[in-house]
Amino acid sequence: MNILAYLIPISLILGGVGLVAFIYTVRSNQYDDPEGDARRILSNDWDDHPKP
Amino acid sequence: MTALMQPSPSACPACAAAPAAASLAARATAASSEQIALSLPTIHCSACISKIERALGAHPGVRSARVNLTLKRASIEAAPGVTAEQICALVEGLGFEAHELDAGTLNATATDRAGRDLLMRLAVAGFASMNVMLLSVSVWSGAEAATRDMFHWISAAITLPAIAFSGVPFFRSAWAALRKRRLNMDVPIVLAIVLAIMTSLWETMLSGEHAYFDAALTLTFFLLAGRYLDHRTRAIARSAAEELTALEVPRATRLREGAEEQVNLAELRLGDMILVRPGGRMPVDGEIVAGTSEIDRSLLTGETLPVFAGLGQAVSAGEVNLTGPLTIRATAVGADTSLHRMADLVAIAESGRSRYTSLADHAAKLYAPGVHILAGLSFLGWYLYSWDIRTALNIAAAVLIITCPCALGLAVPAVTTAASGRLFRRGMLIKHETALERLAQVDTVVFDKTGTLTTGSPQLSNLGTLPRPSLELALALAQGSSHPLAQAIMHAARAEGSVAAAVSNVTEVPGYGTKAMVGGQEVRLGRASWTGAQRLPETATFLKVGTEPPVALTFTDALRPGATEAVQALMAQGKRVILISGDSAPAVEALAQRLHIPHWLAEALPADKAARIAALREEGAHVLMVGDGLNDTAALSAADVSISPASALDAARVASDIVLLGNDLAPIAAACDTAKSAIRRIHENFRIATLYNLIAVPLAVAGLCSPLIAALAMSLSSMTVTLNALRLR
Repeated sequence: MNILAYLIPISLILGGVGLVAFIYTVRSNQYDDPEGDARRILSNDWDDHPKP
Repeated sequence: MTALMQPSPSACPACAAAPAAASLAARATAASSEQIALSLPTIHCSACISKIERALGAHPGVRSARVNLTLKRASIEAAPGVTAEQICALVEGLGFEAHELDAGTLNATATDRAGRDLLMRLAVAGFASMNVMLLSVSVWSGAEAATRDMFHWISAAITLPAIAFSGVPFFRSAWAALRKRRLNMDVPIVLAIVLAIMTSLWETMLSGEHAYFDAALTLTFFLLAGRYLDHRTRAIARSAAEELTALEVPRATRLREGAEEQVNLAELRLGDMILVRPGGRMPVDGEIVAGTSEIDRSLLTGETLPVFAGLGQAVSAGEVNLTGPLTIRATAVGADTSLHRMADLVAIAESGRSRYTSLADHAAKLYAPGVHILAGLSFLGWYLYSWDIRTALNIAAAVLIITCPCALGLAVPAVTTAASGRLFRRGMLIKHETALERLAQVDTVVFDKTGTLTTGSPQLSNLGTLPRPSLELALALAQGSSHPLAQAIMHAARAEGSVAAAVSNVTEVPGYGTKAMVGGQEVRLGRASWTGAQRLPETATFLKVGTEPPVALTFTDALRPGATEAVQALMAQGKRVILISGDSAPAVEALAQRLHIPHWLAEALPADKAARIAALREEGAHVLMVGDGLNDTAALSAADVSISPASALDAARVASDIVLLGNDLAPIAAACDTAKSAIRRIHENFRIATLYNLIAVPLAVAGLCSPLIAALAMSLSSMTVTLNALRLR
């Protein structure tokens, strides 16, 4: 059962990373234009160099 | 150099386009840049986005531009001096429709802080409940002794901070209700959560078997999901309503020392000279100091007949100038204008409506005391039976968790979200949260005439009886004018295949009509007084050739598309339909007969309309008011529920619960049906939730309810309720 001492913290940390990532996306307004973002990925405007 | 010294408003490029960052940026760089917002209703693909963004980026004055496809908007940061008209013209040149949006109206409310806050709490509750649920699964499947205690302690360590953060909306609302000595749905919720955590902590300390940490968290998660759905529905409606308002950019042309300048309405002061061009709306109350014209007052009074406007005459904000340019001196601005004074009437009328209690509140009123009494009794019963406070408290907590209105909290928002989405696709915007419930009860429908059942634009009605030469002369005179009656003559005559007669020296006399010369004789087309004719009761204009008696051209209002269908469908549903208008009796009677409306009332003042509706409500009727004008605002607020078309004045749209986005009236009848089936679903959902309680509560009271059964009952009832809501048609 000693394996629990590793597994529980690891699973909690992994979950926490997901939560923090989600909170980051909310805070940086990544859900403001879901439809536009879904289509922007198809355009090849900034394929060669990033948008200035 | 100053431009370089300014700190970048946000670090990541994605933030730059966002409203929150943009408003920050607007503050930081207000002096050196201009925020322009455009509505782009026709964009639909990635090619549109890159085409517009590339073109805007190539414009020398544009600092940054971002298109939002979801909202179909573009937000642009431009150098000072770049006007929205230039940008609009640029985008229209690419082949897209573009309208300027008032950035002030949008920016003030664009940041959806409350929604983001809820989403964050929902995410935390979801994360915590999944982790705790996994730990609970191992407890249910047989973890024992030290392992079980450890799992319980880890659960507690996750649950306590998670609940403290996610539960805040419930704590706040429950506290607000308790302070007013009332009970709402949140009081039993908070009590259940707090009691569950307390007993679970106690059990964990005594290394007991049952802990309800997972139940407390799942409960919070489901309830927050309901809250979030509810919030989103309203946020979508609000942002669409805002866009309608923002489309009317509040700007006026001020004359100062002979020069014209465009200013915001808020900057206008008493005594300012304002130029109103033909087709423009009066921005303020004032007095005409130069020019003659005709003005259309239909939005204020409901009368369709244009009124002569000459020197010294008073005009009110909201009236539309028809023929000649007018210069007015402002006599009342901002909150003092007659437009705003109407707000008092609205406030009085509104006090009647606020008495409506929503279905959810109604359920809570029955439910909350029942739950508390049940939990209290089972605590007391078990305490007296076993003299063991630990068992009694455990059972009371189980009862509270089982009866917690988790499904009830989802029952209403899930259905209203589904119904609002459906109606939105049909072109109806539900602005008020309880509007659907009120719409379902409606048995009497009151229509306004001008601008609601009719489009407000006239149609020539005696085309068949007009002598051919007169029509050709009228066409020749009318085709140079932008007056609505002249336009109507032009459309009717052209559609019939008439060719304009040859005339010379066509001149428009603002406020009176148009005159020209034909074969040495003067021809006049215009007002009765100007052509020497007798006034007619209906809308009419007159053609006078030389000294011959004038010929009358009469008009009726064109029906709005779907008006006939809407009225027929409503009557077929067994509803009473009433027409109340501020227009003259013959015009109202004619329309009532055309649409087969049995009851009508003409020449009603705004207060009369509101009083009539109040009287109807007193008789026990549930009234739906459909109107668009300023004279309807009081009536719109007095009715049980109200609808206004998108073309209505801002004040009327604000006063009404539902806005029709399209031009068509037909969805009204269908909306009544949708509302009815939505309410049926809500009642079904209440019944489903009650059924689950009937099964689970006896178990809980008997002390047989383990945390596993609690978790199952809760999740199952929430799922069924949500799925049932999605069945809505």
